[in-house]
Amino acid sequence: MPVAAVNSAREAAAAVVDPEIRVITIEDLGILRSVEVDPGTGRVVVTITPTYTGCPAMDVIRADIRRALAVAGHPDAEVRTVHSPAWSTDWITDAGRAKLASAGIAPPAPVRRDGVVPLTLAVRCPRCGSPDTEQLSRFGSTACKALWRCRACSEPFDHVKAL
Amino acid sequence: MSGPFDFTLALGDDALIAAQRLAEWTTRAPEMEEDIALANIALDQLGAARLLLSYAGELEGAGRDEDALAYLRDDREFRNCLLVELPNGDFAVTMAKLLVLSAYQLPLYTALAGCADERLAAIGAKTRKESAYHLDHAALWVRRLGDGTEESHRRMQAGIDQVWPYAQELFAAQPQAPVDPASLRADFDATVSAVLAEATLTVPDSAWAPAGGRDGLHTEHLSYLLAEMQVLHRAHPGARW
Repeated sequence: MPVAAVNSAREAAAAVVDPEIRVITIEDLGILRSVEVDPGTGRVVVTITPTYTGCPAMDVIRADIRRALAVAGHPDAEVRTVHSPAWSTDWITDAGRAKLASAGIAPPAPVRRDGVVPLTLAVRCPRCGSPDTEQLSRFGSTACKALWRCRACSEPFDHVKAL
Repeated sequence: MSGPFDFTLALGDDALIAAQRLAEWTTRAPEMEEDIALANIALDQLGAARLLLSYAGELEGAGRDEDALAYLRDDREFRNCLLVELPNGDFAVTMAKLLVLSAYQLPLYTALAGCADERLAAIGAKTRKESAYHLDHAALWVRRLGDGTEESHRRMQAGIDQVWPYAQELFAAQPQAPVDPASLRADFDATVSAVLAEATLTVPDSAWAPAGGRDGLHTEHLSYLLAEMQVLHRAHPGARW
């Protein structure tokens, strides 16, 4: 299989955007684990992992990947879901963090390594940059986000919570 | 009950029934943020249930998938603990239930993450991260209500008293299971007693230990819950969104 086919499949899958946070791709988010092309048949196998076990966006993401691959000339594609190793917000790329921040969503702090409960650090307001913010609710508009408010500019904002 | 199928099914049923009960709060929680929080926790439980029931179906090898297990069994075939099927009660009862459930699920899933079964280990590694948030949330409310007003303290203590006996069933020994629940008791006791102490609440002193869920002997509440949860699938088999 020519390298070009692998690259085109990889690019097509990597460009799929998260259906609930449409500023960030599945590659930025760290949920795209691998893209492989069978040299004999040309069949593409994409492996993804969910952010949260109950993430309702997974079905849409699978369909979007298959559609993107078909458009890129890979109609024979399979999307596999794996749960191990478990996704961590540490897998969100620097580019992804920048895209989140520019869309008004505060990116997550690094996860503490020795435990499962993340450290609570000051979250900067993505609008005015102030660290004077407060958590309104640990659970937000999607499973991966919490709801915060900036005391300086009074704006509420989403924060991707460290996991 | 101790084989991998029974064990996995029981954990899946715990998560499934907890999800269904928590989802009953949707549009009824005391404030908007809490409405979203409870729905999110319900969704996490449902996600865990799907992984566990799918795997249980594979272990059984009888061709039952997650839907067949969730929607086509009767109450006597469910293996969930009694705790999760109890009615929600007031908000304090719901938080007492969530505290007990998450203080049990967190060490359980953490232990699963290190067990010999690779599939269960993967599920445990994933779900324990979510359980940590559930425990955090329940503990926050139990502290706030327990160490709050006279009325909130009274109702939070009543909630803990009501739920406490049902915790005993969670730790019945299963020496052959991938994780023996009896080994989780010390961790659970340490977590819960610390939260209750901070909340100025008393650990109930009750010898009553209702059980039977793991053997399919449930309270009357489960049948009503299942009727609502299963009606669509049973009336329209194979229905899809």
